[in-house]
Amino acid sequence: MKTASTFRELEPEGPRVRVRFAGRDLLLREGGNLAAELLAAGVTPFRRTPVSGAPRAPFCMMGACFDCLVEIDGVTRQACMCEVGPGMEIAMPFAERDGDA
Amino acid sequence: MRDADLVILGAGPAGMAAARTAAEAGLVVVLLDEQPRAGGQIYRDVERAGERRAAILGADYLKGADLVRDLPHPNIRHLAGATAWQVEEGRRVAFTLDGEAELVEGRRLLIATGALERPMPIPGWTLPGVMTAGAAQILLKQSGMVCEGAVLAGCGPLLYLVAAQMCRAGTPPLALVETQTAADRLAALRHIGGALRGWRALAKGLGLLAELRRAGVRRYTGASDLAVEGGAQAQALRFTAGGRAHRIACSTVLLHHGVVPNTQVARSIGVPHRWDDAQRAFVPERDPWGRAAGLEGVFIAGDGGGIGGAGAAALAGRLAALAVACDLGRLSPGERDRAARPLRAALSRELAVRPFLDRAYPPFAGALRPGDDTLICRCEEVTAGDIRRYASIGCLGPNQTKAFGRVGMGPCQGRYCGLTVTELLADANGRSQDETGYYRIRPPLKPVTLGELAALAASQSKETAE
Repeated sequence: MKTASTFRELEPEGPRVRVRFAGRDLLLREGGNLAAELLAAGVTPFRRTPVSGAPRAPFCMMGACFDCLVEIDGVTRQACMCEVGPGMEIAMPFAERDGDA
Repeated sequence: MRDADLVILGAGPAGMAAARTAAEAGLVVVLLDEQPRAGGQIYRDVERAGERRAAILGADYLKGADLVRDLPHPNIRHLAGATAWQVEEGRRVAFTLDGEAELVEGRRLLIATGALERPMPIPGWTLPGVMTAGAAQILLKQSGMVCEGAVLAGCGPLLYLVAAQMCRAGTPPLALVETQTAADRLAALRHIGGALRGWRALAKGLGLLAELRRAGVRRYTGASDLAVEGGAQAQALRFTAGGRAHRIACSTVLLHHGVVPNTQVARSIGVPHRWDDAQRAFVPERDPWGRAAGLEGVFIAGDGGGIGGAGAAALAGRLAALAVACDLGRLSPGERDRAARPLRAALSRELAVRPFLDRAYPPFAGALRPGDDTLICRCEEVTAGDIRRYASIGCLGPNQTKAFGRVGMGPCQGRYCGLTVTELLADANGRSQDETGYYRIRPPLKPVTLGELAALAASQSKETAE
């Protein structure tokens, strides 16, 4: 779920807020792009596909591919189209049920 | 419901330039964009780039700051963070903003939705750690993030730019694995005249290559048989180059072999498209002002109408805005044409280098017609072999593949498989890409929740009551 990230922040300064991803506490830059911040925190994969269970993580970062889908406070969203907010509860979508994309 | 003289979809160079030109002509403009700040993908977050990021990203990126700075105008309403999900009756747009759906109707509509990375299906391209080169740039532009130990693979000038930016950031790529061949370079020489007219682009490319040489980045050209290895994460890129098999261990692979017009909105309202062989993609049919064929009052400007780059996009946006201002009686045809003349001359200079680039960096053949086992529909996990099998039992067009195997019916709605499906079916059936066609795109273009829709219903009934 969490590995040493190969992504490095050039400007790591700035306020950070606590969010939870799949039960794990993370400190992310407030207002940052959620997909980017999760990558920097070493999160991978973001989800497993409903078809085969294959792992996926951000691919396009521009809202087109839907591979960065996560479930935020119960709603499935594209992580790359969201900003980090304090106390976000993030889960892998389709994690514990049969999903239909 | 809001209304406006001109509704623009997309705040990239085309949309921003069009908004300003239209506003100056006295038109009321509503500019919708999905991102929190204007700029599009090419100028993403340009107004917030500090000194360090500016030095890494370079002068061409910073040019976008002028367009962003010019955007505030009493006649321009820029709705940032607005996701358009349906265009009805030509010019009414449904969108979601702050969790509520809304409608805006324009007397004219300008689609300025830009480009997408050309799908590059190779074995392993769905693994975590495989991203587009554009995604790496977005991470750098918006989040100031760089990637250590990445391999860049594919072809085209954007790869050189990304590689150079990674070097400047102190995280050079492990290697640049390029698919174009010596024969491509030779064939491109036929277009050297145009390239010399567009000498600035050419000089920039040569400068980037020199920068990569100085940084000692390993380059392979004429690469084929590209495949990403890995289970839970990318672990290596395999390829053949110079008659030898290579394997580079890496956990990030950045793919790119050109960009293609994002035609989702135009297709959803029935704008006719035709296959452009040089750009190897479908382009919407338009007149020289960007006016879409067969639809009243709809314009398309920028890369969404055919790939020309950011400079060309801004010029095309201005041209479309002049035509709209003339349509709506704010400019006489003479005033419009006078204002357009220098823009057209500049546009022609911007586009001069394109034929050279298109020929020098053709899409990677192995990704246009992938092997049978390669996934081509990322969402529904359908392989190239599946598509060929559908063709063998009579499937002629992309829409039929949906019934055979849900291809293109996942959340991305065909954005990253559509062109591959067209190419595979055209090849298997011995028909042209135009005869084969593309998916029928239907709304919602982006997901919309019932709660967001309910907000729309509530505001509509309130308006009716009033």
